[in-house]
Amino acid sequence: MNLLQTLFPNIDDWSELGRACVDTLLMLGGSLLLTVLIGLPLGVLLYLTGSGQLRPMPKFHAVTSLLVNILRSVPFIILMIVLMPVTYFLVGTKLGIRGAIPPLVIGAAPFFARLVETALREVQQGVIEASQAMGASLWQIVRHVLLPEARGGIFAGITVTAIALVGYTAMGGAIGSGGLGDLAYRYGYLSYKSDYMVVTVALLVVLVQLLQMLGDRIVTRYKQR
Amino acid sequence: MIRFVDVHKSYRVDGRDIPALQPFSLDVSDGEVFGIIGLSGAGKSTLIRLINLLERPSGGSIFVDDTEMTALAEPALRAQRRKIGMIFQHFNLLASQTVADNVAFPLRLAGERDAGVIRARVDELLARVGLTAHADKYPSQLSGGQKQRVGIARALANRPSILLCDEATSALDPQTTASVLELLAEINRELKLTIVLITHEMDVVRRIGDRVAVLDAGVIVERGAVADVFLHPRHPTTRRFVNEALPEEAASELAPFAQVPGRILRLSFRGDTTLTPALGRVARETGIDFNILAGRIDRIKDLPYGQLTLAMQGEHVDAALVALRQAGIEIEELHR
Repeated sequence: MNLLQTLFPNIDDWSELGRACVDTLLMLGGSLLLTVLIGLPLGVLLYLTGSGQLRPMPKFHAVTSLLVNILRSVPFIILMIVLMPVTYFLVGTKLGIRGAIPPLVIGAAPFFARLVETALREVQQGVIEASQAMGASLWQIVRHVLLPEARGGIFAGITVTAIALVGYTAMGGAIGSGGLGDLAYRYGYLSYKSDYMVVTVALLVVLVQLLQMLGDRIVTRYKQR
Repeated sequence: MIRFVDVHKSYRVDGRDIPALQPFSLDVSDGEVFGIIGLSGAGKSTLIRLINLLERPSGGSIFVDDTEMTALAEPALRAQRRKIGMIFQHFNLLASQTVADNVAFPLRLAGERDAGVIRARVDELLARVGLTAHADKYPSQLSGGQKQRVGIARALANRPSILLCDEATSALDPQTTASVLELLAEINRELKLTIVLITHEMDVVRRIGDRVAVLDAGVIVERGAVADVFLHPRHPTTRRFVNEALPEEAASELAPFAQVPGRILRLSFRGDTTLTPALGRVARETGIDFNILAGRIDRIKDLPYGQLTLAMQGEHVDAALVALRQAGIEIEELHR
């Protein structure tokens, strides 16, 4: 304890840091789950409706694609502010973990959808043709061919998205969503307590490393096959 | 029975119709091995995909076992496709699934849920293609020939009446090709399965084909029994394919026969005549002399055949030719 006090003289409440960690993890977990739930079907839809694919719908594809690109091109911190009324409508607050999740999901889902679309494009056309020849329906192709064959790429996409979300949650801290970003901003930046900054940054680095390692491990397991 | 009636196909590219297959009609009988041979771009992979409607024709109708494929709505078409197995040049196996799961895949697609039934059928199929020991491996752990055997097992899973082979041996080495063709011939014999195969190698057709159609730039330029087409090719494209299968024969056609004394003849023996000493007997009886310039004895599917290029000399060559023809030998005069 003495050593910690010497190294980080300004941090007198370590439990606050602990809570911030938990908050960040909750925001990350919640938003990642919803991002995958929304982004995966969206990515499949983008893939299927693309030209030359199984259900080409050029207009629908163009419009969806444009929406996805617009959401991806707005910087997250601005997206968060712009979305405040939507957030309030959806979860009844603009603050805290609950307030953070809608903009996180709306920011990350289109990004993840694009990664899913790219991963699906990697699936060999021949395999899809073979399953059509076997009498597979569109749903069967998606469920039993496209998703399993692309799962390596999809897990890589989840990893990249999770890491992007770590960054987003930290930004969210600036406008009152809590978590590690909030601590770094309030204590580390506004109050000049640079030891807070050091600790939160270190924790974020560790978190990102862990996510990457876990993701890589899952991806290699599937890529070997 | 597969029947094409006035079928044609063109692709729309940049607002223009590019013809891929000129109007044609074609019948494939039950239980036969029908080869379609052509160079790449001749339209053969389009033709084979018309059978299970992976490609829709631009006009005409296609019947499979009296069902008009071209008139079926999507669910009925899917059900019909399950009765038509297909194997591919690049195997097209699911990389994420084991060998056993790949073979079980069409069963599951067809709605089979009983794990015991699936297991039993998969075991039976893997035994047929000789891969029982590899059931739990992934496709990436197999050789090309093994992958194609998985493809064959998968294609047979729903007990189809027709097997479509899309350049099934083109990615394999000669030895593996031979063993895969043997397996296909065995399946054709034992399961009475109709096989339609497309290839650019005459040798594939010679080994297992009953009938063949030669496709050149979207047109069927020649068709008939493999032995007829192989021994007496008429169209230049067919000749080219046959010569590729018989390099020594091609060389002999180019040889300067003009310098060889006598009449240059090509004799074709088929079936039993291959095994009789007709040539020697006729030579003795008519007193002609002959000199063998080139020749080979081989099989077309199960039919033994021989083809000899001879220079024939003597007073009674014409009489000898009559006697040889009577003995069932086909004769072409290459140079006089």
